[in-house]
This record gives sequence, C-alpha cells and structure tokens, in this order.
Amino acid sequence: MQEKINEIKSNLVSDLEVVNKPQDIVDLKAKYIGKSGCITELTKNMRDLSVEEKKTVGMLVNEVKNYANDLISKKEEDINTKILNEKLANESIDVTLPATSIKAGSPNILEKVVEDFEEVFMSMGYDVYDGPEIEEDRFNFELLNIPKGHPARDAQDTFYIKDDEILLRSQTSPVQARVMLEKGGNEPVRMICPGKTYRRDDDDATHSHQFTQIEGLLVDHNISLSDLKGTCDQIAKKLFGEDTNTRFKPSYYQFTEPSVELDISCFNCKGKGCNICKNTGWITVAGAGMVHPNVLKMCGYDPQEWNGFAFGFGAERCAMLKYGINDLRVFYNTDLRETSNFDRKEND
Amino acid sequence: MISLKWVNDYVDIKDENVFDLATKITQSDINIEKVETNHIDHLVVGEVLECVEHPNSDHLHICQVNVGTDTRQIVCGAPNVRKGLKVIVALPGAVLPGDFEIKEGQIRGEVSNGMLCALCELGLEEKTEENYNKGIEELDADAPVGVDALKYLGRDDTLYELDIHKHRNNDCYSHIGFAYEVGTVLNKKVTLPESKYDVDNSDNVNNHVKLSVETELCPFYMGRMVKNVEIKESPKWMQERLISAGMRPINNVVDISNFVMLEFGQPTHFFDADKLGSTVLVRQAKSDETVITLDGNNRVLNEKDIVITDGTKPTCIAGIMGGENTEIDDNTKNIFIEAAIFDPVATRNTAARLDLRSEASIRFGKGLSYEYTILAMDRCLSLLQEYANATVIDGTLLHDKVDKTKKIVTFKTEDINGLLGIKISTQDMEVELSRLQFEYKLNGDEFTVEIPSRRLDIDANVADMAEEIGRLYGYHNLVSTLPKVPTKRGQYKGDVAIRKTISRRLRALGLNEVKTYTLVNPNKIDMFDYDKKEAISLPNPMSIDKSVVRLSILPSLLETYDYNKARKVNDINIYEIAKVYDKDLVEETKVAMLIKGNYITNSWNNNSIKCDFYTLKGIVENLLNHLGFKNRYIFIPEVIKGLHPGIGAKILIDRQEVGIIGRIHPSIKKDDIFVCELSMTKLYNFNIKALKYKEASKYPEISKDLAFVVKKDVTAGSIMDEIKRTGSRLLSSIDVFDVYTGENVGKDEKSIAFNLVFSDPSRTLSDEEVMQVFNNIITNVTSKFNAKVRDK
Repeated sequence: MQEKINEIKSNLVSDLEVVNKPQDIVDLKAKYIGKSGCITELTKNMRDLSVEEKKTVGMLVNEVKNYANDLISKKEEDINTKILNEKLANESIDVTLPATSIKAGSPNILEKVVEDFEEVFMSMGYDVYDGPEIEEDRFNFELLNIPKGHPARDAQDTFYIKDDEILLRSQTSPVQARVMLEKGGNEPVRMICPGKTYRRDDDDATHSHQFTQIEGLLVDHNISLSDLKGTCDQIAKKLFGEDTNTRFKPSYYQFTEPSVELDISCFNCKGKGCNICKNTGWITVAGAGMVHPNVLKMCGYDPQEWNGFAFGFGAERCAMLKYGINDLRVFYNTDLRETSNFDRKEND
Repeated sequence: MISLKWVNDYVDIKDENVFDLATKITQSDINIEKVETNHIDHLVVGEVLECVEHPNSDHLHICQVNVGTDTRQIVCGAPNVRKGLKVIVALPGAVLPGDFEIKEGQIRGEVSNGMLCALCELGLEEKTEENYNKGIEELDADAPVGVDALKYLGRDDTLYELDIHKHRNNDCYSHIGFAYEVGTVLNKKVTLPESKYDVDNSDNVNNHVKLSVETELCPFYMGRMVKNVEIKESPKWMQERLISAGMRPINNVVDISNFVMLEFGQPTHFFDADKLGSTVLVRQAKSDETVITLDGNNRVLNEKDIVITDGTKPTCIAGIMGGENTEIDDNTKNIFIEAAIFDPVATRNTAARLDLRSEASIRFGKGLSYEYTILAMDRCLSLLQEYANATVIDGTLLHDKVDKTKKIVTFKTEDINGLLGIKISTQDMEVELSRLQFEYKLNGDEFTVEIPSRRLDIDANVADMAEEIGRLYGYHNLVSTLPKVPTKRGQYKGDVAIRKTISRRLRALGLNEVKTYTLVNPNKIDMFDYDKKEAISLPNPMSIDKSVVRLSILPSLLETYDYNKARKVNDINIYEIAKVYDKDLVEETKVAMLIKGNYITNSWNNNSIKCDFYTLKGIVENLLNHLGFKNRYIFIPEVIKGLHPGIGAKILIDRQEVGIIGRIHPSIKKDDIFVCELSMTKLYNFNIKALKYKEASKYPEISKDLAFVVKKDVTAGSIMDEIKRTGSRLLSSIDVFDVYTGENVGKDEKSIAFNLVFSDPSRTLSDEEVMQVFNNIITNVTSKFNAKVRDK
C-alpha cells in the first residue's frame, strides 16, 4: 500500500512539472482525485479490510489525497497568476499620451471680481441685490441728492431713453434708493448691488460706454467713518492680499457727506513706488462716504436716528489692477484663450 | 492757476516750503495737481564793465560782465547793451523756458560764458516781436550784483495747478478763496484787501441808467458808474499778476475787471455807458433773438438764455460774453459796472450750447456768494479810481432777491466724534473751528456755528460740519473699526440666486461666461425674432452700432463667436446671462448659450464628442433638471427665424414657452453652430417641488425592446408620449436605442427602436400583466401613428 502511495506521489510530482495550462489542471484532477482517479481507486477494496486495517489505510489515503490537493491547487494558482500577468502585460497603455480634455467653463473676469466681492460682503452680512438697468430719473438722480440741473449730472453723461425721465442707469446707486424705500425706514440695510451701468463714452482702452459698478450701502445706528474704513480694509485685503493697507482722501460726492476716496497701498511695489501707482505707493480704487442726510430723508430714513455709509468700486478697475490688464475692451470682447485660465481657485 | 505770491497778499506764506504746503493742502481736500515754480538756477544780476563791438559781426558785442563771483566774457546781440548797465545774466547751467540750457562756448570765435537776458526769454513777458526788439532788460542802477535776479525783480513765484472736487469749485477758484483754505491749513488769519475811493456826489447813477430785472434767473444785480476814465496800460504789478495766472494784459480797465475776478472769483462786466443808453433790463432772451458778441460772432439766443438789454436789444449775454454794441474801446470815457449773480444752471447750459466757455461763465456756472459780489464791486471802483483816474459817481442800482438766511448748525462734540469714529475734545474742536474762520458760540459742550456765505458748499447739518472737521483732523489718521451691530450672513435677493445657480451649472458643464454690450446695431434686432417684441431705440445714440437696446443676447454671442474664430479658436462653448428690455420697458433676464466644435476632445484616441443639437439639448436638460424641472419640460419642433428650419425647437415647461434651441440658419453662418436662449425670468417664476427621497424598487424589472416603423415626419417624442401614457405607472423607464432609415424600410419611413422597462416598487410583476400593457402599447401606437411593429 505504502509503495502504491509513494508511486502515486512521485508520478504526481513528475506530472506537475509538465502541466502549464488550465485544461492540464482539470485533467490532472481527474487522474488523481476525480471519481475514478488513482487515489480514489485506493479506497475501492476497503470493505474487505479489518477495522484496524481500514483505519490505517484510511489515514494513508487521506494523507495522499491532501498532499495531491495541495500540490494541484498550488500549481493551479501559479498557472492562473501567470495567465493574468500575461494578460495585464498586454493591456499596458502609454499613460503619457494626452488626456481626454474635460473642460469646465470660466467666468467672465469681471464676474469673477464681482463674485469675490459678494463672498466677502455676504460673510459680513450684506445681501446682494439686483435692480433695473433702465431706470427713472428719480431713482438714478433725484433721490440721491442730485436734482435736475446739478453739475454732478454733467459728469455722468447719461443715455436718456424717454424725455428726461427714463434713462439707462449711469450708476448702480438707484438700487440702494429702491431698497431703502422698500424697507420703509425702520430696519437696517446692508446690501451690495453689483451691476451694469452706462455712460456716453467712446470705447477705447480706458473708456467704455458700458461698465460694471460694485456699490454697497449700510444703514444702521451709530455708524462712523472709521467703520467704513474697517469695512474697506476687509475687501482690500481679500482682493489685493493680506498685507494691503488702506487710507482715505477727502473727496466729493453728492450723496455722501463726508465723502472720501479709498486708496490701497500698491500691491505691486508694496509702497516703494512703481509704474502702477505712479510712484506714489498708493492706488485709488473706490469712492465712499457717510450717506448724506438728504438721501436718508428722501429714502424714508430719519437722519436723526439712522446713519450709514456707502461705497462704490469699479469692477473693471479692480480687475485691471489685480490681473494686470491694460485694455477695458478685454472684458467685453472675450478671447477664450485669455479667459480659460480664470477657471481656478485663488488663495482663500 | 493760483499764484502763491498773490495769495501771500492775503495770508502770510512767505516762509512756507511750497511743496510741503501743497501736500498739507492736498491732504485736507484741495487737490494740488502740479506745483510749478518759475525759479531759475544760475540767474543773477550782473554789471557790464566793458562793451566792445565783435570783430566778426555787425551787431554782436563782446562784454566783460561782473556777476559777483567773477568777471566773465559774454557775447551779446542786444542793441541796448552798453557799459555800466545792470543786467540779468544767465550763467552756464541755467535752463531757460523751453528747455534752453546755457553752456560755455564761443560765438563767432569769441568766448562767451553766459547770456544777457530779456524778460520774454525768462517767461516773464510774452514772446512778441515788440518785446524782442526792446532788447535785454535794463535793471535799476542800484541793483546789487550777484543776487538772484528773479528775487531781485520780485518776479519769483510759484503756481499751484488745482484739481478741485466739484463742491469746492466756487470758493477755491479765486485767490482769496484759496487764501482762506491756506489760512485754515496753517491756522493763520486772512486779511482782505481794502477798497477805498472818493465818491463824487454831484452826479448819481440814477441820473443815467434805470435798472429793471425781469427774470428769476438773476437773483442779484448791482450797477455803479464811473466817469472820465483814462484808458492806458495797467500798472506793472497787476500785469505780472495776470500773466502769472495765465491771462494776457490788455489795458488798465480790462485788466482791473480780470484782476478782481481772479481775486474774488466774482466776474464783473464793464459797459461803455455812452453806448449803453439809459436802460438796463435783465430778462430771458426771446426765441431767435441775436446779438454780436465781443468776439465778433453773431449769436442766436433762445428763451433759456439770460440777457442784459438796453430795453429793446441785447447788449450782453449774461455771465457769458458782452455785446460788441457796448464794448469798451480806447475812446471810452464813462463806464457802467455790473456785478451780478446769474443762475448757475442757466449759465452753464447757455455756455455749453453756444460753446462759449469763458473764465466768467465758468465762475457763474459754479455759483457765487453775494457778499463777494459787493466786495468785488468796491474793489473795481477803488482800482479804477487809482489806476484809471476814474470819477466814481454816487448811487448804486440794486436788485437783490438773494436768500440771506444764515446757515446755522448746532451740534455737540460727540456728534462729530461719533460720525467720524474719532475722539477729539471740545477744546480741540474750538481750535478747528477757528482755523476754519467760522463764527461759533459754545454753550456747555454744544456748538452753534454760523457758516460763512463764501462756503456755498456747506449745508447747515452735522454731516457737513463733520466733513470740515474730518478733513482737518486728517482722514489718513482714521483707525479701522467695523460696525458694532448684530448681523447674519447675507443672502442673494430676488432672482440673483437662480442666476448664480445657472451660471455655476453652465460653467461646470463646460460653457465659458462672456459679457457683451446691451446696446446694439438695429440690424441685430430681428435676427431671432421669436419673441415678436419691439425694441427701444435711443433718441440720441452715440453711434448706429450702439443705438438700440437688445431683445436677444444671441446676436452678441455670434459676434463673440466670430471674434474667437478669427483668432483660430476652434471649440467655442459660451454663455451669457443678461437683461433685455422691450419697447414697453418690460424687463426680462435671458440665458443664452452657443456651442460649436468639440464638446469633449480626444483626437488621437478618436474619442471626441462633437457639438451637435443633442449635445446642447443635453446641456439644457441637465440645467433644467438641476433647477428642479425634471419631467416638466418638452421640446417641440418649430420653425424659428434665424434658426435652421429643420433643426429648431421651442422649449416648454408646463406648457409655457420658456425658450428656443436650434442650429443657426446657414444663411447667417454656414458653420454648425448651435444656440439656445431661455427666459430666466420665466424659470424664476415657476414653483419648484420640494426634493424628496424615493426608494428604488427592490423587485425585479422586466425589460422589453420594441421597434416601430413610422412615416418620417412622426417624432420620437410623440411616440414616447403615447407609450408613457399607455404604460402608465408600470412603465418605469423608456429609452431610444436605434433610429434606422434605409433599404429595410420604405423610402419615406423610419424605424425607431425603444427599450421599455417595467417594474413596481411594491411587488414582482407577473409576465401576464406586463404582456397586457405591452400589447396595449403596440395597439395604441400602431393605430395612432399608423405604425407597424418591426420584426427582429
């Protein structure tokens, strides 16, 4: 018996050496451990044996069966691994070939600047409003303390549509007047209203008959000019970098009193003086001031009780400064090769 | 232009550094754009010790000149150079006006180390032939040799060029007004010039002229008269002042009028009294009334202009320019002087319409203070008496409707501190008010301030006072704080939120945002006339290309397409969201999209997706699904102007039209361009159902394929609608997997193959019930569309 088993073992080892494909494994299994395999054959005459002998033979047969199973399984695994490796080797690709280009669209550069403003101001509690681009003279001028015949109107050469009453808005401030009237003079206002504006200008590198303003308004109790400065600091730092400083200069607007201009420290030369800041170290980026009592009154707020500030940035100017653009027309004649870079995050 | 020498007449600034002063003034509101000093280095007083004729010239002289430090040889061509003369010497290194640098050199073989100068060569006189012919300037014999020549002449001056914010235009546009600003900045008192003159009581202006004012546009009119003026040159000092301020001296009378205007900011007008007649009537002009102005032009007037008349015909366009008929000339003896205030708006409008912007009209246009009008009149009379030997006769004609209510403002120190966010004491506030030279009373901590009438820009309120205090405190000294009031995160209001959502989604879908102009050429208006609306044309456009408010964004997107195509950009996927307006001023926000070229590119792998109708339809459906309109929209074939007649559709949500989609008509552009335009306003106005979780069916689905052969004009959409209607709730999804035309079907036929999936979320469906629905679908579709089931 033992001899038979030894013979089977040695046959199996030599058989395994020539096996190299899955079908060989199937055949091998049949030959040794299948129903009529040679190991199964060993048990055929078992019932003629004594209990004692049965036990001994049973153990021997089991042992050789396990032995065969292990060897065949191991061989089977080797063959499968080999086949898989060959298959994978054939599937290898050149990962350096160009990708399938999946592009997201880019924002218009002005819109990107507007969205930056919105993010900062919404985080400070300002709502974002929209308003009509075709306006009534009343909202565009009169409620903002610019009566008919006022010289401030000459500077804003306006596109009138019907007589002297309907116009393409020359500033976004009328939205502020509308919101104040809507609130009825008894709740605080915190708003920005970015949007398109129109003035009679011939289009060139530095002029555009259509442009984008980002104006804001805060009306509440006990608001000071220093609060306006602090607010301007936030947007200046967000837009032009954390190390940006701000300062106010005296100015004049009909709807604010006092009125100021906002300068930021030059982000390019850090105040040393360069082309961008015309060697002054400072760049003017906005007009602002405390809301004129007349404006508050006309828009339904009691100036004895309420006060606030307003500010206005030019989106074009901010974008030109920030991204080094020197021609306004870039924003309105989109060259997709130039704007595709703007689909990206900036430092938050 | 402000001359500092002139300002020094009213406030002491002799010892100020002109550049530091400019910085201080600029910081406190009045922007000084340019500081221009006429100082010239190396320009000294010299004495001609010897003067001989140049051997090689018939007009040049060789001079030995003592310039203090040394004696040097200078060749000079002036006819009046001679021994013993005190002269102005420009030494080598001096740079004369016109960037003319003096160098050491030789003139016709003779050494010449400098130049002897005429005033016109130094910019102190006009460069006329007459001035050149005078030769070099002859200084007084006692002029000290070696000193700075301009300083010796008293002609060293510094000019400030101002860029004044509008509200300060009226008071800072004169030397006295500017002097007040300087006084404020330096905390120094301003002294006004004294006007003294004798009055001849034997005659009275009322004997000569009768005044009446018949327009509200002239609130103040003052008339005086002088007799027996002597027209001649004005005094040198006055000429110098006028030249430095940029005006040309004419004669003593004209110069006095200009001088007083530059001094007080108040223009006056001098009429030849003998030409004027006996009446001065101020009124609004009649339509088409004409007057020949001092410049010789015939001016046609209208009712909005103000004129001075002699009772019948105009003698002057008020505040703008005098008439030729009453002009001062060399023979003028008697003068009627007008000092008045005219309505700023009317003056500005008239000046603009006649294109006649003069020094006077600019000042009337900014508004004037009556107190200065009176002072200016006195100043004129005094100067005319002194420098034109005029006899000032008695009497004043006066029309005065000026509101003289004093502007009084009451406030506490804390009011100003609160508004500015600063902390200054009541004592400091007193200092600031006295710097401003404002009269005030202090009661406890409450100030009562009277605003002087020269400051037309200040209204009687705390904010205006805060501005005055603030600019003196220095805005650059403000600290940064934030409003100390509670708040929550801001929101997008109205339709701003949906606009942002659409924008974000379209960018994520690969479309690039563009911005184009609202105003377009009228030929763009009916390119895509699907709204059937009329456009607004501007009554006064700047050009035809920007004369109409657009009704659709699509023509502008086509322009952007052309712009990029010309720059060899092949894949053009763009969108814009903008407002449009129709003739009734109805506002609508539209979303326009344009795609062309590849949507997704992989050339080497042949794996690109080229933009076609279905790509854009997919983008639109993705957007509409994102906005919550899933299963609510349909695309209906439609022939739309500007779009390919066979490749166009309108898009409906809940049966309401919300936009169009299709290929650009080949007659507009041959390229395969696909566009879509949606009304965001309409999308915004729909109700959107709340988002709910829906469990996927746990029971098996039954999938069946089915193909119909139909006539070509039957749309897949209509068959699907019928299948959905019949399949009802058992039909969980439907898709088209094949569309076939060709030899296996009739010439005018097509086959459309559908995959139908049946399921029920609550149970397993039996084959029988599915077959029953399936057969109903076949029956309904075949009968409704005259369709045949296509065998596999």
